[in-house]
Amino acid sequence: MRGIFCERFARNKLAVTGSILVALLFLVALLAPLIAPYEPDYIDRYHVLEPPGRLHPLGTDDIGRDVLSRMLYGARVSLSVGFVAVGIATLIGMIMGAVAGYYGGVADRLIMRFVDVMLSIPSFFFILAVIAFVGPSIWNIMFIIGLTSWMGVARLVRAEFLTLKSREFILAARAIGASDMRIILKHMLPNSLAPVIVSAVLGVASAVLLESSLSFLGLGVQPPMPSWGNILTAGKANIEIAWWLSVFPGLAILVTVLSYNLLGEGLRDALDPRLWERR
Amino acid sequence: MLLYLGKRITEILVTLVGITLLSFFIIHLAPGKPTDVLTDLNPKITPEARERLEKYYGLDKPIIIQYLMWAKRIVKLDFGDSFSTDRRPVWEKIRERIPVTVSINLLSMLLIFLIAIPLGISSATHQYSLYDKVTTVGVFLGFAMPAFWLGILLMMLFGVYLNWLPISGLKSMNYETLSAGGKIIDLARHLVLPVFVSAFGGIAGISRYMRSSMLEVIRQDYIVTARAKGLPESKVIYTHALRNALLPIITLLGLSVPGLIGGSVIFEQIFSIPGMGQLFWMSVMQRDYPLIMGLLTIGAILTLTGNMLADLCYAVVDPRIRRR
Repeated sequence: MRGIFCERFARNKLAVTGSILVALLFLVALLAPLIAPYEPDYIDRYHVLEPPGRLHPLGTDDIGRDVLSRMLYGARVSLSVGFVAVGIATLIGMIMGAVAGYYGGVADRLIMRFVDVMLSIPSFFFILAVIAFVGPSIWNIMFIIGLTSWMGVARLVRAEFLTLKSREFILAARAIGASDMRIILKHMLPNSLAPVIVSAVLGVASAVLLESSLSFLGLGVQPPMPSWGNILTAGKANIEIAWWLSVFPGLAILVTVLSYNLLGEGLRDALDPRLWERR
Repeated sequence: MLLYLGKRITEILVTLVGITLLSFFIIHLAPGKPTDVLTDLNPKITPEARERLEKYYGLDKPIIIQYLMWAKRIVKLDFGDSFSTDRRPVWEKIRERIPVTVSINLLSMLLIFLIAIPLGISSATHQYSLYDKVTTVGVFLGFAMPAFWLGILLMMLFGVYLNWLPISGLKSMNYETLSAGGKIIDLARHLVLPVFVSAFGGIAGISRYMRSSMLEVIRQDYIVTARAKGLPESKVIYTHALRNALLPIITLLGLSVPGLIGGSVIFEQIFSIPGMGQLFWMSVMQRDYPLIMGLLTIGAILTLTGNMLADLCYAVVDPRIRRR
């Protein structure tokens, strides 16, 4: 099983590209203090809105800070928001889905109705409304994104549980007197992890996108903390004179999201035996 | 059919109550009182005045009573008055902006339909061809493209460097002096970029689903039969296969309504369009609590209406649904 997985994953060029890019992003985020040419908050008063050049490889922003350095530190923000938010969403989704799928009945109906409600709220409106009240900060953003994006995972886990419930090894576990908790945690969850992992990886991509949109609107990560989204706010304000302020951070978001999507799709192909026969 | 409709409408009403409850509670449990905005910046305010204000907005009552009071009023579309300096009724402020947002969203849905469906079909019928590969790459890029970045880039290209299109607002300064035809052209020039930006993500997503849905359908036996009868390929695809392949897409369009409405905050903000999204952004910035709740509710109602319309379309094209 593991052999087939690795082989299928390695054969998928896009997936390999995705995982290399993700690894690189992590490296960049980790090593930001070492590779950044300047401190992210260092203000070069003599070079405000300077185009990319020898001193500042990707130019400077509207108060003279180095764009490259800010972007490198911004990678930390993006990745940590992505991971924490998805961690929260996955945890909630697994609990909700497991309870709904395992116990069925009223619990199932209530939870699934709740999922429907959450899915039909324009989530961006909802997130913004909550931020208006709790105030924008990196921690709040992580939690709010997590709390509003668990529904997909819940549905996946529930569906997996419904099919697993009647499988023989689960019946056997129940026959020897295993507790509900034990069956859920030891037998059913591990067997429904594959789609959850895929959706978590894809979830990081959408959390990164969401964080950057919020920061761009001024309702996410607050300056002076650098984030790709809030560099773009300055880009929009100086759209007529400073293309580099808009192009580079956007490109960083695009590449990050793209690599997580590729990695996720690659994992899906490699993990799902139903897709193995095709091609 | 009627029974089905009735069931759907009940479901939607239940969902609506759920949505309002949820948003109401979360917003109320969050730290920070809505009256803070009115009182914080005013050094002359006394504790008594603060209390009076809280009483006026019903903030001293238990939360469940507050919700019921609020719910009773919103049935009559009375969302109270905005906290901003103009003090206008919330519903009035929202109402004048609904047409802008709804029409841009309808236009972008139309655009999604017109581009994504043919794209998906041709991708599916030429599976693994160079064309299919190119569109697949395009779709991946489309998924990863931040809408606001695309907006900024297009603004820069067409508005700043080429100077072909206006970059903000809905109307030019001289709009009133234009002829009827000129007005339409002026509006269209202002709408091209926002509509394209809001449709972009949808085009990528829907064309992908269209492709896989089409691929599934053309493998089925009745398509083999149709080909075996000697029907021309175009007829097999566009009459026989398309009908079944479109079914999941209709549901998907319904499901994409919340995304479109939520996304309007972004593109209306970028292109300075006076719609609901921009109003929402401003209300959040000013913590204008009655306006936020009103917009959230109206947004949810619009979303649910969109979902219901999609369901109706589904029932019209698929007789099996009606009998359920």
